[in-house]
Amino acid sequence: MEHKKINLTLKVWRQQNAQSKGSFTEYKVSVSPDSSFLEMLDDINNDLEKKNLEPITFESDCREGICGTCGLVINGQPHGPIPRIATCQLHMRNFKDGDIIYVEPFRAKAFPIIKDLMVDRSAMDRVMEAGGFISVNTLSVPDGNAIPIPKEIASEAMDAAQCIGCGACVAACKNASAMLFVSAKVSQFALLPQGQPERYKRVESMVKVMDEYGFGSCSNTYACEAECPKGVSVKNIARMNREYFMAKVKSQNVE
Amino acid sequence: MIKLDSKVPEGKLEEKWTNHKFNMKLVNPANKRKYDVIVVGTGLAGASAAASLGELGYNVKAFTFHDSARRAHSIAAQGGINAAKNYQNDGDSVYRLFYDTIKGGDFRSREANVYRLAEVSNNIIDQCVAQGVPFAREYGGLLDNRSFGGALVSRTFYARGQTGQQLLLGAYTAMNRQINLGKVKLYTRREMLDVVVVDGAAKGIVVRNMLTGEIEKYSAHAVILATGGYANTYFLSTSAMNSNATAIWRAHKRGAAFANPCFTQIHPTCLPLHGENQSKLTLMSESLRNDGRIWVSKLKKDMRKPNDIPEEERDYYLERKYPTYGNLSPRDISSRAAKEAIDDGRGAQGQDAVYLDFKDAINRLGQKVIEERYGNLFEIYETITGDNPYQSPMKIYPAPHYTMGGLWVDYNMQSTIPGLFVGGEANFSDHGANRLGASALMQGLADGYFVLPYTIGNYLAGDKPTLVKTDHPEFEKVKKEVEDKNAKLLSIKGKRTVDDIHKQLGRIMWNKVGMGRNEKGLKEAMVEIKALREEFWKDVNVVGDSKDVNQCLERAARVADYLELGELMALDALTRNESCGGHFREEYQTEEGEALRNDEDYAFVSAWEFKDVGKWELNKEPLEFTSVKLATRSYK
Amino acid sequence: MSWVWKSLNSSIGKKLVMAITGVALMLFLIIHLAGNMSLYGGKDAFNNYVRLLEHIKPFIRVIEVILASVFVFHIFNGTRLWIENKQARPQGYSVNGSRKNTDVFSRTAFITGSIVFIFLVIHLQTIWYKFNYSGSELDLYTITTEWFQVWWYAALYFISVLLLGFHLNHGFQSAFQTFGWNHKKYFPFIEKLGTVYALIMTIGFGSIPVYFFFFGGK
Repeated sequence: MEHKKINLTLKVWRQQNAQSKGSFTEYKVSVSPDSSFLEMLDDINNDLEKKNLEPITFESDCREGICGTCGLVINGQPHGPIPRIATCQLHMRNFKDGDIIYVEPFRAKAFPIIKDLMVDRSAMDRVMEAGGFISVNTLSVPDGNAIPIPKEIASEAMDAAQCIGCGACVAACKNASAMLFVSAKVSQFALLPQGQPERYKRVESMVKVMDEYGFGSCSNTYACEAECPKGVSVKNIARMNREYFMAKVKSQNVE
Repeated sequence: MIKLDSKVPEGKLEEKWTNHKFNMKLVNPANKRKYDVIVVGTGLAGASAAASLGELGYNVKAFTFHDSARRAHSIAAQGGINAAKNYQNDGDSVYRLFYDTIKGGDFRSREANVYRLAEVSNNIIDQCVAQGVPFAREYGGLLDNRSFGGALVSRTFYARGQTGQQLLLGAYTAMNRQINLGKVKLYTRREMLDVVVVDGAAKGIVVRNMLTGEIEKYSAHAVILATGGYANTYFLSTSAMNSNATAIWRAHKRGAAFANPCFTQIHPTCLPLHGENQSKLTLMSESLRNDGRIWVSKLKKDMRKPNDIPEEERDYYLERKYPTYGNLSPRDISSRAAKEAIDDGRGAQGQDAVYLDFKDAINRLGQKVIEERYGNLFEIYETITGDNPYQSPMKIYPAPHYTMGGLWVDYNMQSTIPGLFVGGEANFSDHGANRLGASALMQGLADGYFVLPYTIGNYLAGDKPTLVKTDHPEFEKVKKEVEDKNAKLLSIKGKRTVDDIHKQLGRIMWNKVGMGRNEKGLKEAMVEIKALREEFWKDVNVVGDSKDVNQCLERAARVADYLELGELMALDALTRNESCGGHFREEYQTEEGEALRNDEDYAFVSAWEFKDVGKWELNKEPLEFTSVKLATRSYK
Repeated sequence: MSWVWKSLNSSIGKKLVMAITGVALMLFLIIHLAGNMSLYGGKDAFNNYVRLLEHIKPFIRVIEVILASVFVFHIFNGTRLWIENKQARPQGYSVNGSRKNTDVFSRTAFITGSIVFIFLVIHLQTIWYKFNYSGSELDLYTITTEWFQVWWYAALYFISVLLLGFHLNHGFQSAFQTFGWNHKKYFPFIEKLGTVYALIMTIGFGSIPVYFFFFGGK
């Protein structure tokens, strides 16, 4: 399985903390094409530690493309050049010997840099806490099959629900807008019968908090969908807009 | 010697939980807000417990070392969740789910716990549907099911290949609702480094703020640990990079007994290793075995491409050895069968791998159906390996995946430290010596939604509402100890990196405390681990300081704990002179190479009590079976 | 009614304002182009058309006020969004990957819009001002066609119209997406319709300076 190694030049963003000014540091690596991008960074870190130098801080967890923890901007693209995957699934066979690779953190006002390639994405959780749920108490629920849901609807809800919350949509958007992320949750619940009672309240609260955190607005360039590791569709943004207008017209909320 | 009281209620198996719920003490609704509960970990068990306790009115403080509560490794569970709904009319029932689970666990779990798990399984599905979890459905709009290993009924509910994700997001949103209502306070990027025991009861925790490096103290009336398993002791496992044993291990060192540490699950369908710098192993869902056929060549050292090997030269060894269950044989059995084939020199193209082939299924059902069922898994496979599984069979190999062992808990999920409760994979309670597929999600949510909220109430009803303050001398003492330990790690400044030592530990564990274990190897492992631990404390290099983000320090603290836990795993395996489930002692096997269980001498839970580093005392909780007959597990 | 104001000032609300005003302007362009086509009919046809507009001057004035406010809203709101959106990412990327995940039309909407705006000012000054404040007896056909024989004006007109086409190609489907009318069945049609519309506008308006510059209208 071990193929011939390839030689690369990495330019990695290093930044001590949120206040300090960052810059690129160059690393020359020789890596197996079967290795993943993050394993390559592990190797660099192991070498740095051997020299008692501070390793590159970056986040990752499941390394299966589902937890949403990892996220690097590689040559200007969140999660790198291959569509529909997270950074952890990017393998070095997608690069050529001699390539120069720039590695930057996700950049947005709402995602302040913590250290090196690690950013604070908690604004996304704040949006979720504002209304991204269905209010049911434990055990106070009907049988799972009590309400039939058409297969297509369940499937469409699943398309939206599979968002991994990585923030690549924000990182990719020229406006650092979180519309794809927020709309995925709004859509999932707007589609399902269980989500109906709080339908309008939900979209109003979530959009309000989203705006407070300084995400930009949507210019419909669809970079978010192109970079989303799960291919969450911009149709969800359209649906959220629709939900929002309906909410504003129909809800009792005059705030 | 700890007194192990399982507190299993009296009465018939079917009535135990109902009676117990009635007999439990209740907290006056107006008083609930006077009680604080700490939940460590926000995976399935933690988030669901935090949400349910918040709903009941308790003040919950939830802790996660992640940046968000949505990242726990429960999210990576692919295949599904079991429930005894019998929606398929194929003869399923609570009793059958109970029986399959206890049999799957090779009769090494506590009967009453397993029955309760099966009993509440149906509630979980209802709960999740109501939360908006988009389970797969049939055209009529009703919930769809599929089959999993170790069962002859279709009882697994799923959401594409992302069931764990959807269930976790369900629990996460339920918890978010409580955060929104102010009943749950979430602390992210905090890693629990110790539990604080005051007057014999757990009263709080000490955590490291992973952004500032500060050691923080939090107090409560009860503490729940839902911090997952310890498969990362093997370095290479399907666990997430940050999954670790530190929370349960430090609790163990404060007095919580550790049960059945050697019961680890090696999952049969993972992607094989690609090289030295591999950071983790990737699981391919067991659901693939519904349609995929597992085989190796009949010839040794067969280097031909899989598609060039004619049908009659292929050995579909699971179908051959276990005709009833075939490719859906339980995980421990399938993994061992793969190991046997590879040890016999019949691995795929000479590698440590076997084939998982979809050719027949594609011919029978068409590529489109296979794409619908497993499309995303096939994509993952192709992304990682660069091979197209529609054209040539997948190569798979077993990998450490789940740990059935964990902190010992009684029927109330309380550890041997009063007030310290343990849920999910972190406890040992429900899976015995082997866990069936799609049962981990079931157990995590059962503990969090339907068990802990009751039993915690019962405990708190007997506790005073006054909260121990965090300036209590015991808190100060524990904090100081944690700080000293971190300072020690940072001061060694040796030559070896943390990962380097962890990898070495992983190799020892995999080779000697892995799929096949024997006395000689286990004894060697214990010596080697001890030596490695000493080397670690002399020669590790932890770069940086503790004043801000320091991932190197985080890893070092975890590896320090693995180096103690690994030894206990080996010791437990050495002590258990039988083969059962995931624990296969080569000395104890039948002539056909099947596990040879010894119910006479080993029908007990090993609950290890910590005495000092490298020193434990064994306590035994006898396992009594009243409803099931102990039988040799047969999947033939 | 503060909720109306607040809603229109939310991120989605501001987009709605862009979309509504955009659609209004697109409708105006159709009428404008239809009128301009009379230039091809020669001197009389065009002057008659202008005279017709003179007859209904009061009505035209009302339309103009509405149109002007729509323009102001579209431009003001667009600029405000652009500034706010810039602020949402204070530090940009060192490597720009936008070419790999967006198309040129959407990426450049603000720039094409800005250039069209500059042209609009010149256009109003050169043509619209003359039409309205130079007395009704002028031969507007001659004035117009003479302008088109000034090379820099013809070139400016042509380039601006081309960029307007880019702007419209994005704006058309974008407006429907903002309205929430993105449906699996109909949206591909809307996208195609948007491209056809943008092409008609570009060719329609763009052909005029080319024709009059090269053939002088003779």
